[in-house]
Amino acid sequence: MAQLRVENLYKIFGSRSRTALAMAKEGKSKADILEHTGCTVAVDNATFDIEQGETFVIMGLSGSGKSTVLRCLNRLWEPTAGSVKLDGVDVTKVNDERLREIRRSKMNMVFQHFGLLPHRSVCDNVAFGLEIQKVDPKVRRERAYETIKLVGLEGYEEMMTGELSGGMQQRVGLARALATDPDILLMDEAFSALDPLIRTQMQDELIDLQQEMKKTIVFITHDLDEALKLGDRIAIMKDGAVVQVGTPEEILTSPADEYVSSFVQNVDRSKVITASALMFDHPQRVVSPKDGPEMAIRRMRQLGISTLVVTGPNRLFKGFVRIDDAVTLQKKGRGNTLDSIVVTDVPRCGPDTPVMELLPLAVDSRLPIAVINDRDQLLGLVMRASVVSEIMGEELAIPATANERSEA
Amino acid sequence: MIDLDIGGVVEVIIDWLTNNFGGLFDAISAVLTSVVGGLEWVLTSIPVLVVIALFVALAWWMVGRGVAVFTLIGLLLIDAMGFWDDTMVTLALVLTSALVALVLGIPLGVLAARSKGVERVVRPILDTMQTMPAFVYLIPAVLFFSLGTVPGVVATVVFAMPPVVRLTNLGIRQVREDVVEAAHAFGATPRQVLIKVQLPLALPTILAGVNQTIMLALSMVVIAAMIGAGGLGQQVLKGITQLNVGLGFEAGFAIVILAIVLDRITQAMGAGRKTTHK
Repeated sequence: MAQLRVENLYKIFGSRSRTALAMAKEGKSKADILEHTGCTVAVDNATFDIEQGETFVIMGLSGSGKSTVLRCLNRLWEPTAGSVKLDGVDVTKVNDERLREIRRSKMNMVFQHFGLLPHRSVCDNVAFGLEIQKVDPKVRRERAYETIKLVGLEGYEEMMTGELSGGMQQRVGLARALATDPDILLMDEAFSALDPLIRTQMQDELIDLQQEMKKTIVFITHDLDEALKLGDRIAIMKDGAVVQVGTPEEILTSPADEYVSSFVQNVDRSKVITASALMFDHPQRVVSPKDGPEMAIRRMRQLGISTLVVTGPNRLFKGFVRIDDAVTLQKKGRGNTLDSIVVTDVPRCGPDTPVMELLPLAVDSRLPIAVINDRDQLLGLVMRASVVSEIMGEELAIPATANERSEA
Repeated sequence: MIDLDIGGVVEVIIDWLTNNFGGLFDAISAVLTSVVGGLEWVLTSIPVLVVIALFVALAWWMVGRGVAVFTLIGLLLIDAMGFWDDTMVTLALVLTSALVALVLGIPLGVLAARSKGVERVVRPILDTMQTMPAFVYLIPAVLFFSLGTVPGVVATVVFAMPPVVRLTNLGIRQVREDVVEAAHAFGATPRQVLIKVQLPLALPTILAGVNQTIMLALSMVVIAAMIGAGGLGQQVLKGITQLNVGLGFEAGFAIVILAIVLDRITQAMGAGRKTTHK
């Protein structure tokens, strides 16, 4: 079950929000609603699920309602309609005391402009959440120091936050959110106010931290590159509505509409598209090392290709056999298995290897690239042609991929 | 033309208050009398040089050497002019009035900052308190509390309270929205937000209000003297009524010295917070 389930969420600003809501539900346009009621529809029927441990990025331009959605999750702003279910509990229905309880223990937030207390030290800022929970001062100090170390600010504990650079202030902001060990981290344009170098660095560190923490992160950004880099899944918002939800690759390879495709067309695909998007499972191309050369030769002739993949039990990847070697082996007489002629020195990569890194493999070798997981199991094959066409551009990619498919 | 007798209505209200709340006014009167009296007694019974030394030390610690030297010379001058006891009586009156104004004004400012409705009600009242000529409410003050120090304190409170209410309200409203939002996001109760975030961040502005309140209280001492409050105001009034220009100026001068000393010290309180809180 999804950890956080947002269903039919609306947020309407203005005094006649009831009328506006009814109009929005009838499907009236925003301009109509604004004209008739003077209300702005900031979030328009948003529905999505967020799974435990994933980094879910909500992306959109300014005014798309992304920050409003985020603030509806912890009810910093009251949703006008719809539900936000956290582990099955509808957050929109709980009373104030219960809401504070949820904010204290389950969801914490990192802000674009940090929102730190300038009259307090780094340590006291980080300990703020614990202080609100009335944790013993000694315990919260210890916990604050640990968290400060985690975000790489060791030695700055007693400095005033005003004396720190933007990047360091945001580390304090992050540490403050982490100190109470929440299940969910809400990050509102957390890195947008930082300069580009620091920003990249913070993104990398967040990815590293997330590897260990496995928190659920809801990350708001207007920057597609940031969304693609951080997001396990991305929701794209436009004018308050969620236009598409999908993995970075889904967003890039099959944009839901014109708006999304115009958004993604400038992205450097070679850094984002990974081997898993290009690979195909070719069951007919796979043989066992125990098979004989005759069967391999027949298979290759049938398919009109010159190599086969050899895998052991559980699809354990062994290597390739070439048709020339198989023919030679066949001539040596009966009873030989492919075992002896497997070529093991072959190009291989993991499912997350970006296309950019596949290019040298494709150029150096005449064999397809084997995609294997960390237990050496074969996941699929990437044809050299599809690597090249992916990098050359989308127009070429489609017919080439289709060829690969018919070839298999 | 319609003929409205607003004055008559006010008179009726005042009568009604005097008749029905006499006990309350007596209680307020008793409290204020004992506070002012106690403070007066303390300030006048400590030896002059000790009081001066304390003020100089405070000025040095809070502000710096320059103001400390000014305080020393100024207070010695007051003593030399023979106004020491009057000055201490005035100081007791001013501090009491300021204290009452702050005790009422800061919470009122907080309420106004948290609710638009309260602000809407409070603003015109503050406007009235600041612009209504003080002589007008001296009369009901006398009716409620009779002549003496107490109506003086009450009139001073009315006149001196608005700035601290306004600046507390302003200071809290000026606290950055994202800091307040962050506190809410971490599950702080409204009370925790106020105490841990809004008040500390609004403090420099609130202290500017405190400073203004003290200064206004000081400027009321002459008017308060008209209804029997003692101290320097009484001396100025004597100078005016007896056409004794010298006496009037001397006492006026003492008020100015006291004002400058109090202003510099209270201003430094606000500024001092500012530097450590940067």
